[in-house]
Amino acid sequence: MSDDMPSRIRRAYRWTAARYGADPLHLLALLACFALAGYAATRVVAAGIWAGFAVWFVGAAVVHDLLLYPLYAVADVAAQRRPWRRRRRPSGDPGRPPPINYLRVPAALSGLLFLIWFPLILGLADDTYHRSTGLDTSPYLGRWLLVTGVLFAGSALAYAIRLRRHRVVAGPRLHVRAPRSPRSSPSG
Amino acid sequence: MSDRPSRGDAHHDREPTSGADRTTGRPGPPGRQAAAWLRDHPPPGPFRPEFWRSPLRGPWLTSVFGLVLLAGIPILAITGLLSYAAYDPRVPDNDTTPERGLLGFYLFDWPTYPASLYRVTQGVHVVLGLTLTAVLLAKLWSVIPRLFIWPPARSVAQAVERASLLLLVGGAVFEFVTGILNIQLFYVFPFSFYPAHLYGAWIFLAAFAVHVALKLPKMVRSLRSRSIRRELRTGLDATRPEPPDPDGLAPLSPAEPTMSRRGALAFVGGASLITFGLSVGQTIDGPLRRTALLAPHGRDYGTGPNDFQVNKAASAMGVHLADTGPGWRLELAGARPALLSRADLLAMPLHTYVLPIACVEGWSTEQSWTGVRLADLARLAGITPGTAYALVESLQRGGAFGQASLGAGQVADPRSLLALRVNGADLSLDHGFPARIIVPNAPGVHNTKWVRRISFRPTAR
Repeated sequence: MSDDMPSRIRRAYRWTAARYGADPLHLLALLACFALAGYAATRVVAAGIWAGFAVWFVGAAVVHDLLLYPLYAVADVAAQRRPWRRRRRPSGDPGRPPPINYLRVPAALSGLLFLIWFPLILGLADDTYHRSTGLDTSPYLGRWLLVTGVLFAGSALAYAIRLRRHRVVAGPRLHVRAPRSPRSSPSG
Repeated sequence: MSDRPSRGDAHHDREPTSGADRTTGRPGPPGRQAAAWLRDHPPPGPFRPEFWRSPLRGPWLTSVFGLVLLAGIPILAITGLLSYAAYDPRVPDNDTTPERGLLGFYLFDWPTYPASLYRVTQGVHVVLGLTLTAVLLAKLWSVIPRLFIWPPARSVAQAVERASLLLLVGGAVFEFVTGILNIQLFYVFPFSFYPAHLYGAWIFLAAFAVHVALKLPKMVRSLRSRSIRRELRTGLDATRPEPPDPDGLAPLSPAEPTMSRRGALAFVGGASLITFGLSVGQTIDGPLRRTALLAPHGRDYGTGPNDFQVNKAASAMGVHLADTGPGWRLELAGARPALLSRADLLAMPLHTYVLPIACVEGWSTEQSWTGVRLADLARLAGITPGTAYALVESLQRGGAFGQASLGAGQVADPRSLLALRVNGADLSLDHGFPARIIVPNAPGVHNTKWVRRISFRPTAR
C-alpha cells in the first residue's frame, strides 16, 4: 500500500493536468489569486462602493484596450499614410531618411503628458484646485503647449541635422535609389 | 509604434482541423464539428494573427518592459502600503477604511523617525507611478495581440488565467488612473479615493503576483534570447523581427520596421524621463521646484517666509480673520482642561525644528517651524506624554480632514509642535494661523491647521 500512494497521487495529478490543461500548481496559484482578490472585493462591497468601483475597474481595461489603444494605433497609421507623401515623392529624394519618427516621438510624448495631466491642462478641477492651493490652473495649458512646442522644435531640428548629414554623405548619389526600399509599411 | 490591419483576404492557416476528429480522421458529432469550425475560423480583423504586424513586438521586448515593471511595481506597492500605515488608521477617528478586515494585518504605529521618511516614500510612490505610466502603456501595447487570440481559450487553464488578466490589466489601469486623477484633485470617480485605491491595489497585487509566478521563467528565457548589448548597437537597417513564438507576440507577417528596438526602448525611456523630469520638482525645495512644469504643486508662491505650498486655502475652508483674531482660544481637553490664548502659548517654552510637510499627493516641502511642544501641552492638560493620543480639531468648516488624531508616540516626540511661527514669521492664515500642528514624518493632512481644540485621551492599549 505504501508504495501505491505516490503512484495514485501521480495518476490523480496527471488526470487533473490533462483535464485542466496545465500543471495543477497553475490552478493552485490562480485560486490563491482569486481568493485574495475576492476577499478584497468583499471589502469593496463592505465599503458600499462596489457599483462605481466595478464600473471603473472593468472600464479601465476596456477604455485602454478598446479605445485608447485603437485611437493611437490608428493615428500612427494615419501619420504614416500621410496624404502629402504621394504628392512629394516624384520630385523628392526617395532615399532621404523617413521623417515618421521625428513626428511620432514628439507627438507621443506630448500625448502622454496630456493623457496624464489633462485635468490640470484643461482646468477640469479648477474649483478643487483653487480651494486647495489658493491658485488657479490657468498656467498649465500654456506650459503643456510650451513643452509640446519644444518637443516638436527639437525634433524638427534633429531631423534637419539628419537630413543635412544624409545629403553630405549621399551627396553625389542623391538621385540614386537607396539600397533599402522606402518604408511604406507602418509598424512599431 | 502600431499596426496596420493586413489585407482582408489574408488567409489564416494555423492548425487546420476542419471539423474532423483529429484522432480518427472521421467527422465528429455536429456540436464538436461546429466548435472545431469556429476554432479554425477566427472573426476577421484583430482576431487573425496576420492583423498584428509590428516587427518589434515579441517576447524579448515584452520581457524588457516586464522586467522594468517587475522592479517598479513592488516599490509602488510597498510605498503605497506604507502610506496607508502612515495614516495611522488604528488611532481613533483616523480610519478612512474601517471595513479593511484582514488587509490591515501589517499596520503598525507610524514612527516619527526619520522625519523625512514619508516625504521620501510618498514622493517615490507618486513620482515613480507617473514615471512608470509610459512603461505600463508600452507593456500593454506589446501584448495587445493576446487580447484577441482565437479561440479565446484552448483549455480550462487558459480560461482561468485570462480571467486573472482582467484583474491584472483592469487593476493596473485602475490604480494608475485613480492615483493620477487624485493628485490633480479631479475627483470624478464615484467613490472615495482611499478605499478604492487601497482595495484596488490588493486586487491588482493578487493578479500581479500570480502573473509574475507564471511568467517569470518565460521572461528570463526571453531576456536571454537576445543580447541587450547587441540590441543597443543595432540600428534600423539591421532590425529584424523576433522569431515567431507560441504566444503569438512576434508577428506572423511583419511589416518593414520603422524604428529599431533600441529606438523603441529609448522612446519609452524618454517618455518616462520627461514625465519624471516635469514632476519630480514638486518634491524639492528651492529653485528646482520650478522644473515641475506639469505637477499640481510645482507652483512658486514667492520668497517670503510663508510663501510655500498651500494645501487647503483658508478662504475655501470657511476660516476667517474673525475666528482667528484676539478672541481665539486653544481648548485643551484632558485630565485638567485649559483655555489658552495665542499670547499664553507664546509665553510657553518655544522650540524650533526644520520639518517637512509631505502630502499623500506626492509633493513635499521643508520649513523651519517654531511652536509649543505637544508634549508640554499634554502635561498642561494633566496627561503624561506617551499615554494618550490626541484628537486635534480645526476651525475649518467642511472639507476633508477637519480633524485628525495623533498617536501617543507622535504626541510624545519632542519635535512635534503646535506651531505658531514659520521661518521666523507668524503663520499666515493659509498656513494655519493662529496655530497648527506639525509632526515629524506625519502625512500632511494630519498636520491640522487652524487648531481650536486638542483632546488628549488615554490610549486603549
